[in-house]
Amino acid sequence: MEDLTQIILGHPFFAGLDPEYGRIVCGCARNVRFEAGDYLFRAHAPANELYLLRHGRVALEVTAPERGTLTFQTLGAGEIVGLSWLIPPYRFSYDARALELVRAIAMDAACLRAKCEADHDLGYEMMKRFTPVLLRRLQATRLQILDVYGPHG
Amino acid sequence: MADDPMLPRVARVRRRRRDGPQVWTLETEPEGGSLAAFAAGQFNMLTAFGVGEVPISVSGDPAEPGRLLHTIRAVGPVSTALTRLEAGAALGIRGPFGAGWPMSEAAGRDVVIVAGGLGLAPLRPALYRLLAERPRYGRIVLLYGTRGPEEILFRREIESWRRRLDIDIEVTVDHATAAWHGHVGVVTTLLARAGFDPHQALALVCGPEIMMRFAAAALGEAGVADEAIWLAVERNMKCGIGHCGHCQLGPVLVCRDGPVFRYDRLRTLLPVKEM
Repeated sequence: MEDLTQIILGHPFFAGLDPEYGRIVCGCARNVRFEAGDYLFRAHAPANELYLLRHGRVALEVTAPERGTLTFQTLGAGEIVGLSWLIPPYRFSYDARALELVRAIAMDAACLRAKCEADHDLGYEMMKRFTPVLLRRLQATRLQILDVYGPHG
Repeated sequence: MADDPMLPRVARVRRRRRDGPQVWTLETEPEGGSLAAFAAGQFNMLTAFGVGEVPISVSGDPAEPGRLLHTIRAVGPVSTALTRLEAGAALGIRGPFGAGWPMSEAAGRDVVIVAGGLGLAPLRPALYRLLAERPRYGRIVLLYGTRGPEEILFRREIESWRRRLDIDIEVTVDHATAAWHGHVGVVTTLLARAGFDPHQALALVCGPEIMMRFAAAALGEAGVADEAIWLAVERNMKCGIGHCGHCQLGPVLVCRDGPVFRYDRLRTLLPVKEM
């Protein structure tokens, strides 16, 4: 468990986290591994876990009729996958597929939410870490929607 | 350059190569000998006779001034007419104009090149120079973002640069099918993975203005000072020599003072929509 706590505290998402909080969130964590092609989760499935990527890349995908599978983002080591854990109704909106061997820390979403609810200081700490990720992804999405590399970019 | 900078020289298309959807690179040969040597980042005014004139950055190697390359996307009537010129066809050229990339400032430092879409074309001359004098620089990192895998500019050249092993190259696209195994996402997401020393790095950025603003902000967040970030801005350039004023951006004339600017000079100007 101590090793897992250190791994969590060493992940960029939790950089600078109070070690005591590290021990608390570690209670929700486990090591996971996905082979290339495995799905971390599928669209519409309950968002039961959040993943801290340690190694390998993950593609976020949606499937469209007659267009097949479209990748709109890839994520790698140091990033997190599965933001839907935080927001009701706690369901994933897209597929997450391992592009290569992926090693990650999976955090039980219900466990994490319960701990944040029980200790609002921890909850606030988590929100301060999630909000910038959400904002960065929102801004990136806006840029993609604007199609800046198109003829009128 | 001809004695009168407003007077185009006649040139002939030597070769034309397709470099992407609606993107062509023209290799031209001015009649009566080469133009003046150009610096990486400078541009020429190209004339499609009977249609009009547009500013186009030189995309070739400054060490080969006789092999004058311009990479053009067919967007408006002039650029479309230029991309349709076949070998032997005539066009007009004035230049080279403007201030180029600060190559002398890059010596001894890490160099981070952030390119978006067709913005790789004005950066290619800088890449040629950096790679030709590789020992003079620290790490060289090229981060390139574009719309989709089929629109990657200079794909074969990027692949050959990757094989050199002394330049770090990451390419990302805005969206792709599952057949693409590279990165997907905006170019700024590559910065976190790029290994360079932000405190002594020099960043060269070129692409659509919106992309450049986000790239400059992301470089700043990564620890690169505004004074170490350079952007190429191509706005409304008409005369090329700072006379007509069409390209005025606050206190600067883009064609004369740029198109390459240090970011601290432009940071507050770029977002002002009235300019």
